[in-house]
Amino acid sequence: MKTHLHALLGAVAASALALPVLAQDPVTLTIATVNNGDMIRMQGLTDAFTEAHPDIALQWVTLEENTLRQNVTTDIATNGGQYDIMTIGTYEVPIWGARGWLAPLNFSAGYDVDDLLPPIRAGLTVDGNLYAAPFYGESSMVMYRADLMEAAGLEMPEAPTWDFIEQAATAMTDKDAGVYGICLRGKAGWGENMAFLTAMSNSFGARWFDMDWQPQFDSPEWAATIDTYLRLMENYGPPGASSNGFNENLTLFQQGKCGMWIDATVAASFVTDPNNSTVADDVAFALAPDTGLGKRGNWLWAWSLAIPNSSAHQDAATTFIEWATSKDYLALVADHEGWANVPPGTRTSLYENPDYAQVPFAAITLASINSADPIHPSVQDVPYTGVQFVAIPEFQSIGTSVGQEFAAALAGQKSAADALAAAQALTLQEMEAAGYYD
Amino acid sequence: MARAVSIRRKSLNTFWAWLVALILFFPILWTVLTSFKPEAQAVASPPLFVDFDWTLQNYRDVQAQRAYFGYFWNSVVIALGSTGLGVLIGIPAAWSMAFVPGRHTRDLLMWMLSTKMMPAVGVLVPIYLIFRDLGLLDTRTGLVVVVMLMNLPIIIWMLYTYFKEIPGEILEAARMDGATLGKEILYVLTPMAVPGIASTLLLNIILAWNEAFWTLNLAVVKAAPLSKFISGFSSPEGLFYAKLSAASTMAIAPILILGWFSQKQLVRGLTFGAVK
Amino acid sequence: MSTRSSRKAARLMLSPSVIVLLVWMIVPLAVTVWYSLLRYNLLRPERTGFIWFRNYTNFVASPAFLSSIVNTLILVVGVLVITVVLGILIALLIDRPIWGQGIVRILVISPFFIMPPVAALIWKNMFMNPTNGLFAEAAKFLGLPPFDFLGHAPLASITLMVAWQWLPFATLILLTALQSMSSEQIEAAEMDGANALNRFWFIVLPHLSRAITVVILIQTIFLLGVFAEILVTTNGGPGTASTTLTFLIYKEALLGFNAGTAAAGGVIAVILANIVAIFLMIAVGRNLDA
Repeated sequence: MKTHLHALLGAVAASALALPVLAQDPVTLTIATVNNGDMIRMQGLTDAFTEAHPDIALQWVTLEENTLRQNVTTDIATNGGQYDIMTIGTYEVPIWGARGWLAPLNFSAGYDVDDLLPPIRAGLTVDGNLYAAPFYGESSMVMYRADLMEAAGLEMPEAPTWDFIEQAATAMTDKDAGVYGICLRGKAGWGENMAFLTAMSNSFGARWFDMDWQPQFDSPEWAATIDTYLRLMENYGPPGASSNGFNENLTLFQQGKCGMWIDATVAASFVTDPNNSTVADDVAFALAPDTGLGKRGNWLWAWSLAIPNSSAHQDAATTFIEWATSKDYLALVADHEGWANVPPGTRTSLYENPDYAQVPFAAITLASINSADPIHPSVQDVPYTGVQFVAIPEFQSIGTSVGQEFAAALAGQKSAADALAAAQALTLQEMEAAGYYD
Repeated sequence: MARAVSIRRKSLNTFWAWLVALILFFPILWTVLTSFKPEAQAVASPPLFVDFDWTLQNYRDVQAQRAYFGYFWNSVVIALGSTGLGVLIGIPAAWSMAFVPGRHTRDLLMWMLSTKMMPAVGVLVPIYLIFRDLGLLDTRTGLVVVVMLMNLPIIIWMLYTYFKEIPGEILEAARMDGATLGKEILYVLTPMAVPGIASTLLLNIILAWNEAFWTLNLAVVKAAPLSKFISGFSSPEGLFYAKLSAASTMAIAPILILGWFSQKQLVRGLTFGAVK
Repeated sequence: MSTRSSRKAARLMLSPSVIVLLVWMIVPLAVTVWYSLLRYNLLRPERTGFIWFRNYTNFVASPAFLSSIVNTLILVVGVLVITVVLGILIALLIDRPIWGQGIVRILVISPFFIMPPVAALIWKNMFMNPTNGLFAEAAKFLGLPPFDFLGHAPLASITLMVAWQWLPFATLILLTALQSMSSEQIEAAEMDGANALNRFWFIVLPHLSRAITVVILIQTIFLLGVFAEILVTTNGGPGTASTTLTFLIYKEALLGFNAGTAAAGGVIAVILANIVAIFLMIAVGRNLDA
């Protein structure tokens, strides 16, 4: 067996070595990407790129978010070299960039890197180097049913408080008619309920860690966050909320079952699409709520394209990323699919474009993105960056475990106090194991 | 069955058997039905059973997003390759354990089965590193080997139990007639073991087709089978029940059809020595 | 019949499988044991070093550890009980003369052909979802409030899903065993005046005992590794209500990328699995004359 494998290894290694030499002409880029609408759309538009660059062929690996993250992280951390371009988020970029796993991106002057929205760019920059180019950016905001709000005799302010959200949820809930005042994420996961809750906690003045990396779930700010969340969801939320993520809530909202929904700004184009949404004409938007402390409960995320250092085709990969995140690409999508379907949230020039200003959710998306600050997420001092996450390698695991505790509280299996105590204990244990207190 | 069965009795049994069968099959039927619905009708309340606007649009959308055939072909290669290789290695082992049992045969067999109890996720990193160093990442060869190894214990055990049921006297008679070991296996043993080998092949093709951990983590694109195909549809944004159903139907249809057509062969040999 | 030359030949023929399996088992196991003693996080390559059993103590100290073992046992035993009991009943039913036997059999075995992640997606979205699922629609039709399966009965729901996938396997093996039973035995019992229940208890069930053993053994091997279903549906929650040992290792390996602790978890899982295997062999292994 062993010799057999060795023979095999020899053959495979020989062909692997031979490849770069042969690959002078057509280069094939392997691109790992997430199965979101904007990414799928890009795959349909790449003819424009391959016509201009006949020497570059593209090969797509489209995966669901969790599998994508598993695959690319394993590959980059082991220097596997299977991908030329990876689609990663604002969580990975600071960690991987600091490790030296990503190739810094240097584009031609025509790319106009200063056009990128400042908070997004800040989230993708490490030590002054841009390590990933944003494909689309998002924040979170309140989406609500203007018709129900009016029927309830209320008027949504442009920048509501959590108190108002609760008041509105009370007024809009009509469980007999299958209308729930508010839909929020409940499914456990660092990128699911914890993205929402961490962002929400910022608006209550909470933080994950103090400057000595001590977890802060025993603070009154976190207690206030969780109490408010549970009160809202238990009284006015849909059944089964503890397994609802982005998608489940989107489906509920599109079917007219939610009065308000606080989630990603990119959802706006789905809920206003009359082909899929029964409430397309009645949707309105507002900034994410606050409690008057100076931080709102909205997050910041950008799905971005980056080149692993292990890629053998970094030049070709840079050429592709430059095309896919350029102003021209935005215009190309607008030509084919209309302005409402352009990948949002990456460039200032897009929001200055009068055609794009016609899109109903353009201004609110920009305002939401600009009100998020990944470098100073909390009103208190923190040793980390990231709005709805903590940019340390341990966060995926810790965030998911903590998310499970809060999901248990939401499902009624635990009290809020017990869930917070458990979160505090397990975070302390994992941080200890990771050597933060050595 | 020698006993006479009254028509009434048979009707009653038929009714219950069909009821149970339809309940068990219903999730699959519902998935196939949903795959022909427009997205909005897929979540209609009350649910629509047949009176919806039948459409092939979901299949077209799925195919437009990801070309099905390449994934399908990789699944075929991995399922057939790993099973074929496994049976080739397994037949001699099972033969020798069945006909020349030693003191430790039983322990050996149990040990082989226990190798399956190592949770795959616990050894992912070591295997990934080994595969990287051998240049086997994203190769069909690598996946054939891994999936074969996953199923080898089951293959050996299944074959062993069939071989054991072949009476040894027949072999001795053949040997008296001067048959060599090779001839013995080829002309005497194999024909008698055909049902067993057939159902071993079938069961392992099914297991290999449905393997969704190693294929998901060791394949990228060139060797990616249908498990990877499905992963792109599992939770996209927006309404997705109908498209998910279409993709699921495409992933399970080939193995389901194979299973239906070979049902008799599969059942005949699927005993694991349980029949005496 | 085992002459010396045939023994030698036997050893020769056995060796490929044994060597292959040895390599497959020893190499990863050795590497895993080695990793389990190291400080080794893929995302923190600069922190290395031999740390003895810190990974083990960290893994065991995790608040979810004990409940994950209990959950694993509940899942495995639950699926075994459901599949064996229902498998016997269904096998008895479709063994009798009925119209359309072939089609009924095809329908019954179909769930076995479904890829586990696909099965989980189907159950989660189209059946158990409390707003759009068919179960919720059925509840609404009956005037009941919808039940949140994955939120309030996560482990039971997952057990149900997995049992659905394995029921055909159990049914098939039990059916084959049933068909090998001689009708004379039953007829003799009938003449002795034994009623249906007695016939089942004293004749059919003992005849099936070997088949039941096989079902338990094979299914246990596969069930200990179940985790795609959990990942797709509940992510181990709410709380740790559906976190099994395998899922706990997954969290270390593919969320924390903590290769050291994941390796320790893997070693612990192998040890526990072998304890279960030994226990199984003592409890039911007598039925297998290997």
